[in-house]
Amino acid sequence: MRRRAGALAPYFLVLPGGLWLAIFFVVPMAVMLSVSLQTGNVVDGFTQTFDVGVYADAITTYDTQFIRSLIFGLIATVATILLAYPMAYWIAFHAGRNKSNYLFLVLLPFFVSFVIRTVSWKFLLADDGIVLGNLKDAGLLPADFHVLATSFAVVAGLTYNFFPFMLLPIYVALERVDPRLLEAADDLYANRRGVFGRVVLPLSMPGVFAGFLLTFVPATSDFVNAYVLGGTNTTMIGNIIQTTYLTNADYPLASAVSFILMAVLLVGIFVYARLLGTRDVLELSAR
Amino acid sequence: MTQPDTPGDTGRSGNHRSGGDLHAAALADPAMLRGLTQARFGRRGLLRFAGLAGGAAFLAACGVSGEKKDSAGADAASFWKDRTKAGTLDFANWPLYMDVGSTDADHPSLDIFTKETGIKVTYREVIQDNESFFAQIRPTLAAGRSIGYDLMVLTNGITLSRVMQLGYLAPLDHARLPTFAANASPSVKNPTYDPGNAFTIPWQSGLTGIAYNPAKTGREITSYNDLFDPKFAGKVGMFGDNQDLPNLALLGIGVDPAKSTPDDWKKAAAKLTAQRRDGIVRKYYDQSYIDALAGGDLWISMAWSGDVYQQIATGTNLKFVVPAEGGLLWTDNMCIPKTAPHPVDAISYMDFVYRPEIAGMLTEYINYITPVPKAAEHVPADLAKSTLLFPTADELSRVSRFRVLTTAEETVWNRIFQPVYQS
Repeated sequence: MRRRAGALAPYFLVLPGGLWLAIFFVVPMAVMLSVSLQTGNVVDGFTQTFDVGVYADAITTYDTQFIRSLIFGLIATVATILLAYPMAYWIAFHAGRNKSNYLFLVLLPFFVSFVIRTVSWKFLLADDGIVLGNLKDAGLLPADFHVLATSFAVVAGLTYNFFPFMLLPIYVALERVDPRLLEAADDLYANRRGVFGRVVLPLSMPGVFAGFLLTFVPATSDFVNAYVLGGTNTTMIGNIIQTTYLTNADYPLASAVSFILMAVLLVGIFVYARLLGTRDVLELSAR
Repeated sequence: MTQPDTPGDTGRSGNHRSGGDLHAAALADPAMLRGLTQARFGRRGLLRFAGLAGGAAFLAACGVSGEKKDSAGADAASFWKDRTKAGTLDFANWPLYMDVGSTDADHPSLDIFTKETGIKVTYREVIQDNESFFAQIRPTLAAGRSIGYDLMVLTNGITLSRVMQLGYLAPLDHARLPTFAANASPSVKNPTYDPGNAFTIPWQSGLTGIAYNPAKTGREITSYNDLFDPKFAGKVGMFGDNQDLPNLALLGIGVDPAKSTPDDWKKAAAKLTAQRRDGIVRKYYDQSYIDALAGGDLWISMAWSGDVYQQIATGTNLKFVVPAEGGLLWTDNMCIPKTAPHPVDAISYMDFVYRPEIAGMLTEYINYITPVPKAAEHVPADLAKSTLLFPTADELSRVSRFRVLTTAEETVWNRIFQPVYQS
């Protein structure tokens, strides 16, 4: 009896989380799948017709926004890696006793709501605002120069908003690098570049991989940045889902677009994991 | 401050446009502070993402089947039979859409109502935009349960039409609305979206037209086509919605929205698409256009009259014009959910706000167009003179209503216009 309870213990551990996911993830997903295969409208009601044509509709109508979202998400993610890695490196190896203070500073802006932070960019970067207005007055920028309402503004907003999701995992990976390994590399006549390229970088890759997932997925499906900072021809797929669902009340189309987005992201991530070599990544993170 | 600083002005304490030093007054008078902040969080503050809280309704969507009720058969007499006053009223409204006294929670006109009728009002500013509010209340209404409000305010348009088609509203008993019959402006009676005011009567209205900064445009703006002037490239704002944008575009190409056909819709959309392609449009805006216009990001934009009035009142150099081709008149309407627990209290309040002195109190604070023309006698002279609050007969003769769409037409309409503003 005692032995059986012991054997079951892992299942009991997984039960609360499993139930939570089942109720709040699996059930809504199933419902969404069902909704996407319904036909009708909000006044006359929807009926289950299993019409898959809506998926084709979704792709042909919104292909531009799908592709744009993936590109924006990818650029923003690569930009966060380039910005976050050196910073994480510095905090992990050179910040000494103040590590946690610096981490706190990085996270400080994130105690303010996502929306408020993005909206504040609008005031800061207005055409005649504090930054651009003064630069224009000083003759450093042409009078019709503007940042807001461009693709650049949207990607920059994404980069800024998802920055800590990249920094933290990289930092954690770097933090765990055993200093004795660096000394050993040193002893074996590796130069500084060699130590970084052959010891530090490979050991920190699981962090980069995790950061990529945490940044790329939400950045691609984000709609706040495009909504607040974008202009014409910057609509992302998240905005489409929102309008289709809330304004047009076209629930089947909104569900279909959501499913396609999810499928594209899942496939993309599997390919990515394959290319990077998941086995190595998993092994490294298991250490 | 565009109003002349006459001695008469200073006598109005509590009015946020009263004369004197703007800054000193701002510090001294909470009403002035509100006046300054009001425009930034305008009442149509479509922070759409906030509306996603209503996304729980998504789940409920799967259970939708054949809800359409025959609203024409709704019988006012049978609904109101045996209904009595409860002494309680729960009122759902938009932010900044009620007069305010010494504190934000104090609403003098509601106090008068309570004093006279003994009906206690719970006033909540819970509606941020029509669509997400509808998404929130729909499952409850569909289940035939009370949403906790006896009175709510919805804009004429696709959402209100849906609510009516679904049979969610109580038919109004006009025998209980004598003040409305006596005082309402002809321009809001018997509207196209609700013939005979069967389910709704107006709360406030506004105009959709064009606002511009004359210092930047360098000329007077009179026409819809000014929004297409290449000289303003990158400084033109358009609304990113499926009501104001398409309807004004139809007027712009000389078509009455009510009589327009899908071919007209395509023509109007093609012109808008060219405007975007040529880089003339900066962005398709929601409520945030007014800050962009006041801050100089925009020189000229589609606009709502009340926002522009508030900006002018706080000293911004802006002008509002109903274009020669025509503008739009939209109305926020009071209506009673069919499941409301206290409908008699709600309808007595609906009638109450049609008293000119009460309507005047509301106008003085809200700055939109009141449905009661006689309210002009009860507001300060500078407000009564403003054509943004009390449009001239000429202006009203040039405005149209949003096209009322059937559900089938709505799909076609959205397919044509959504690619314009979500590119």
